[in-house]
Amino acid sequence: MTVVVDVDGIHKSYGGVHAVRGVSFRLAAGEMLALIGPNGAGKSTCFNMLHGQIKPDRGRITILGRDTTRLDPRRIWALGVGRTFQITATFGSMTVIENVQVALVSADAALAWRLGALGTLKRAEAERLLALVGLADQAGRPCGELAYGDLKRLELAVALSNDPKVLLMDEPTAGMAPAERIDLMRLTAEIARERGLGVLFTEHDMDVVFEHADRIMVLDRGNLIAEGSPTAVRHDPKVREVYLGGGSTFAAETEVAAPAPGGAQ
Amino acid sequence: MAFLIVQALTGLASAASLFLIASGLSIIFGVTRIVNFAHGAFTMIGAYLAYSLTERLGGAFGFWFGLFAAAVAVAAIGAATEILLLRRIYKAPELFQLLATFGVTLMVQDLVILAWGPEDLLGRRAPGFTGAVMILGQRVPAYDLFLVAAGPVVLGALWLLFNRTRWGILVRAATQDRDMVAALGVDQKWLFTSVFALGVFLAGLGGALQIPREAVSHSMDLRVIVEVFVVVVIGGLGSVPGAFLAAVIVSEINAFGILIFPKISIVVVFLVMAVVLVVRPFGLFGRPEAARRTTPGATIRPWQPLGRAGRIAVAVLVSALAAAPAFAGPYLLSVGAEILLFVVFAASLQFLMSVGGLASFGHAAYFGLGSYGAALAVKWLGAPMEAAILAGPVLAGLGGILFGWFCVRLSGVYFAMLTLAFAQIAWSIAFQWVAVTGGDNGILGVWPTAWASKPAAFYWLSLMVATVSVAALRILAFSPFGYRLRAVRDSTLRAEAIGIDRLSTQWIAFAVAGAVAGLAGALYAFLKGNVFPDALAIPTSVDGLVMVLLGGLETVSGAAIGAVAFKALSIWLMSQTDYSKLVLGAIIVVLVVFLPKGLGGLADLVRPSGTGRNDASGSSPSEAAR
Repeated sequence: MTVVVDVDGIHKSYGGVHAVRGVSFRLAAGEMLALIGPNGAGKSTCFNMLHGQIKPDRGRITILGRDTTRLDPRRIWALGVGRTFQITATFGSMTVIENVQVALVSADAALAWRLGALGTLKRAEAERLLALVGLADQAGRPCGELAYGDLKRLELAVALSNDPKVLLMDEPTAGMAPAERIDLMRLTAEIARERGLGVLFTEHDMDVVFEHADRIMVLDRGNLIAEGSPTAVRHDPKVREVYLGGGSTFAAETEVAAPAPGGAQ
Repeated sequence: MAFLIVQALTGLASAASLFLIASGLSIIFGVTRIVNFAHGAFTMIGAYLAYSLTERLGGAFGFWFGLFAAAVAVAAIGAATEILLLRRIYKAPELFQLLATFGVTLMVQDLVILAWGPEDLLGRRAPGFTGAVMILGQRVPAYDLFLVAAGPVVLGALWLLFNRTRWGILVRAATQDRDMVAALGVDQKWLFTSVFALGVFLAGLGGALQIPREAVSHSMDLRVIVEVFVVVVIGGLGSVPGAFLAAVIVSEINAFGILIFPKISIVVVFLVMAVVLVVRPFGLFGRPEAARRTTPGATIRPWQPLGRAGRIAVAVLVSALAAAPAFAGPYLLSVGAEILLFVVFAASLQFLMSVGGLASFGHAAYFGLGSYGAALAVKWLGAPMEAAILAGPVLAGLGGILFGWFCVRLSGVYFAMLTLAFAQIAWSIAFQWVAVTGGDNGILGVWPTAWASKPAAFYWLSLMVATVSVAALRILAFSPFGYRLRAVRDSTLRAEAIGIDRLSTQWIAFAVAGAVAGLAGALYAFLKGNVFPDALAIPTSVDGLVMVLLGGLETVSGAAIGAVAFKALSIWLMSQTDYSKLVLGAIIVVLVVFLPKGLGGLADLVRPSGTGRNDASGSSPSEAAR
């Protein structure tokens, strides 16, 4: 098993708020690893640190054998890391296929500075990627016209354009219809296995997580509180506590349920 | 030593007015997010009104009441402007707001001349503060000491207003999150109006308080607004204490700069500003702007390179233009050449704005550097026209590389203000460095070589340069580099995530746009036979913006059409009326409010709204413009 991402004790605080405290984990090639946790647990901060948008205060991130702790997003991309965003980030003034072409051409130093028109550069490759994510028939449409679910697919195609070894997906299915969610994640899992791609994703939809993740990590208030197979995580009492509320809630309910003398509440 | 203290006091006295005006601008920006270009115009109106009122009323009471009444009158004019104009454009991009308020500035310039005449007016001395006070054996005007005290008093009053009144707390809340304040049931409209009125009241008061110190002139508005921009950029937009500190810094730099670097005193202030912005991009007390509003994708039709029909149309048009010397006289041809050179200038600005999303308010700097590059090459090196024309874009390109390095580190209004400031640096160098540039007298005798000296020949040269430049910029816009530049504009986040470096991409675009503008400027110098500092001045920059806006910001090369329409109109207006600024200002205001998509947008108005968006991208009537 090849480790593609190795995170060692990363830490980030904003003023007095410790968003992420000493998180460590590894991601293997071909693995679907889910990062879950309640709102404010530090998932996005973790993602942004992996992708170089924010730099950790402490700790070390190694991606594909290189220390990327202090690298900028574009350098991390160049190593072979694709990224999709929680709120889709696409080029609204371009067509669908141009979105993919720009990414393909930017990765190719020989084409990037050509003075001719972008036109048909890398068009066949872009069409292949669009077909892969199921957008082939929308290639010529303005990107701004796409439905939200299709924008998410477009982001996936763009993220795959560098032939990455690592894919970071921040809530890949947020805002999609249930049927679409399953399609997209199934597709992602297929691609990951086929190409030996390590995929790290966050997700709020637990059906998606438990269906597609090989392994799940649970983050709560900046700490990793559990990690393991979907079954193990599902039965972890700490996780149940985080997601279902503290034990005291249950205790209180039990008390209320007990017959109270004199009908006092 | 005593001399230095007196100089420092003079600086502090100047700081008072500057602080009043700048705090007004800052307060308005904080709440409404509008950078009020007309702020200098309001200051000027305040000064003129104060002059008239104090002359008319007379006496000590008349004087002080006159100053106050002038400021109140300015506040009323400001409130009316806000209700009639700004309310319509709060949702528009920053550029439109800056332009609309600049339109107001232009109108005020002519209105002031209509009302008070073109001569400078010297106000009365302040009753009770006519004499001088001896400090360490040096005479200090008593009125200066009054102003030194007035600054902190106003700062304190503003602090009380914002921290101890219900209105002030609402304003502070709106500064942080105006949508939330609206959701809490506060009537935003009147909050905005009252804030704007307060802001321009301070501007009017700042202008009124100046009348005992310096003459009231109809050119003070631009001088004031540039100084105030510098102050709020250094202090941080939206921060009143920042405005105070920066006003003191700027005034002291001015007071001492003139002693240490008499030749380049104006430049020193701008250099300090550039340094502050690089170290603290949002000013000393400013906070980072919230993420910029993203371009609404659905409204934009993807750009397409010209198809066969489009190319044929352009070829026919260029051939027709090339035939003009057959029937046009020398005057018309020189007007034609001038318009064509402004096509080049506007196209270079459009490349920066439309493809790059970088709204420069100082693009004239590169046009002017091109002019001076060519003229200096002729004057000092004795270069022939062919070589001198190359010197223009080279100097402008170098200027773009130097200034661009600073500018692309900022975005939005800060970018606009920094480009404006750099243009003012270039202007002040041209204006102050008399030994080299001739200062106000310019450089004369920049004539073309024999073959190009006939109007027809120069016209053809201009036509060729315009055609090649516009075509080259279009090719660049559709090249991988152009797409990368647009990618950064559309979504910096995504662009960085696919390996595109925002800074270097925008920096290159800035330098390219500068060099092309410089080419236009170089030819312009030969067309006119001379260069004056006006070539780099704010009005030239704004002309470029209006051309782009008129042609359509969402087009690739609509600016070419905008330049023809605007330049032809302004040349015609100048020949018809003495009040061309009034008309132009009104046109800008109308354009921003009613035709934000430019002339290309007219087509959208005509086309029935039911037409699908899909076929619009293929067969739009405005396709030729794109």
